[in-house]
Amino acid sequence: MEMLLALASAVLYAAGIYLMLRRRLAQLIIGLGLLSNGTNLLIFTAGGLTRARPPVLPEGAVVLQQPYADPVPQALVLTAIVIGFGLLAFSLVLAHRVHDTIGSDDVDDIGRER
Amino acid sequence: MSLLVLPILVPLSTAAILMLAPKRAVLQRWISMAGAAALLAAAVAIFLRVNHDGIQVLQISAWPAPFGITLVADLLSAILVVAVGVVGTAVACVAFSGVDPRREALGYHPLIQILLMGVVGAFLTGDLFNLYVWFEVMLVASFVLMALNRTGPQMEASFKYVTINLIASSIFLTALGLLYGATGTLNMAELARVWPTVATPGVHSVLAVLFLIAFSIKAGLFPLFFWLPASYHTPPAAIGAVFAGLLTKVGVYSLVRVFTLLFYGESPTIFALLLAMSAATMVIGLVAAFNERDFRRVLAFNLVGHIGYTTASLSLLTPAALAGAIFYVVHHIVVITNLYLVSGVMLRLRRTTDMAGLGGLYRDQPWFAALAMIPIFSLAGVPPLSGFLGKLAILEGTFSAGAYWLGGLVLVVGLLTLLSMARVWADSFWRPAAAAQDLASPGAPLIGAIAALSLVTLAMTCAAGPLYELTLRSAQQLLQREDYLRAVLGGAR
Repeated sequence: MEMLLALASAVLYAAGIYLMLRRRLAQLIIGLGLLSNGTNLLIFTAGGLTRARPPVLPEGAVVLQQPYADPVPQALVLTAIVIGFGLLAFSLVLAHRVHDTIGSDDVDDIGRER
Repeated sequence: MSLLVLPILVPLSTAAILMLAPKRAVLQRWISMAGAAALLAAAVAIFLRVNHDGIQVLQISAWPAPFGITLVADLLSAILVVAVGVVGTAVACVAFSGVDPRREALGYHPLIQILLMGVVGAFLTGDLFNLYVWFEVMLVASFVLMALNRTGPQMEASFKYVTINLIASSIFLTALGLLYGATGTLNMAELARVWPTVATPGVHSVLAVLFLIAFSIKAGLFPLFFWLPASYHTPPAAIGAVFAGLLTKVGVYSLVRVFTLLFYGESPTIFALLLAMSAATMVIGLVAAFNERDFRRVLAFNLVGHIGYTTASLSLLTPAALAGAIFYVVHHIVVITNLYLVSGVMLRLRRTTDMAGLGGLYRDQPWFAALAMIPIFSLAGVPPLSGFLGKLAILEGTFSAGAYWLGGLVLVVGLLTLLSMARVWADSFWRPAAAAQDLASPGAPLIGAIAALSLVTLAMTCAAGPLYELTLRSAQQLLQREDYLRAVLGGAR
């Protein structure tokens, strides 16, 4: 399972970076989104995958028994998803404004207009 | 102990009040000023406490480290937070001599406060994931500040700035995920304890390089600095001043933190890499500064080049070199902020910072010229100003660490800085003006802020002895990890 998720994360990274190297703004932003989701998946996988073992103390126990699903990576991913979503929304608006101002969605045209 | 949250809470509540208060410009400026002054006061209080009682720690919600989020103020953090307070107050003061009304209506003041909060949070946190969150707070505020006005060049600059910073954040986050996978914690002190026991081959160097890349993009090290000169000259001078003074320094601070706490025992290759990148940054930054005819672009390249000084000293990891780096960072924050404000006066007087359109400022504005002389020649490293003393401290560090070639390089780059600043001075102040016509008065608050920052530079020059002694203690604290670990994790470990 780890291997599968690691591969999925690698594909997301690769696709994200490929799209970011393209010239169109829209592709760049989709690339950013893929990259941030690849990162989220990586954090989740790197923290270790444990199925159906919630980190909840059973009745009467004082210490959690291994193995249990580590809640910290999930909290990290949740934070990262929220931040990533906000940044993605911001860059969409920015791209829209750039398009409004410059009248093109080609990254090469942005530098040319002065 | 709750003192440590104040520099975060004060800008946050100031921003909230600014959003709720009536949108009258004068009122907003006064609230903003009060908030910045309160931040400075809180920062000084923290500094005095840290200086007197040693490292201060706050476990948020009383969750013991490493389970909760910890705020830590050691000498380095405390010094830098004071510097943030100084920059924040100066920029709040500048707003009194006028902000572009459109920007002011769209939330210029609260955004500056949020930016200050992000920077302070990054300096105070003791948790790497929390550091990431503060980075994002700071970045989002800076993104919006940069893109508030939609002119062509500004859109172009914002776009480059946003993209490269998002990539840096992704790399940082990737490193955090892998680090958590390898160690099971992100608390900096706990990491410093656990890190040497991680035996998985390759993890050490992969993570060191990932952190190096992520923070080098933020700090502006070669070959990752090209976004900075492409964007910093476009926003108004006050925004440029905050960005130049504080944002790259957060990158430098993060490099100092991870390299002194985590990667200090790493193979020398990573330090050689950092040293090579820094040396290239110094040379390329200053050589590129010669190619520029616009004062603000010259400043941007000088900013980049001087970041190289500090990271080169960091890579030597000796107390003297680190002390030199910290001294230089503090000097640089004050001076570069001041110089961007000087460029703001030029914009007001001549509507340009292109040196072709300047000239004659010495004759037309003698008082302003006298004030501007202090930061310009301090950056150039003319004795006895703080830039000279900072370079002296760095040289002492490099020579005592045996890195003679680096010391030589610092001297050569110092000469380049002197030439670049001398050219600025000759072209914009001494050269007769092409058509001498000063458009408007620069505004007393703006001149006042420049005067105040110049005074800080002079004070740093006069008090260089105690200040150097302070940075030396701070460097020793950084290299003596036990104190930091004991303060955060408690005596039991």
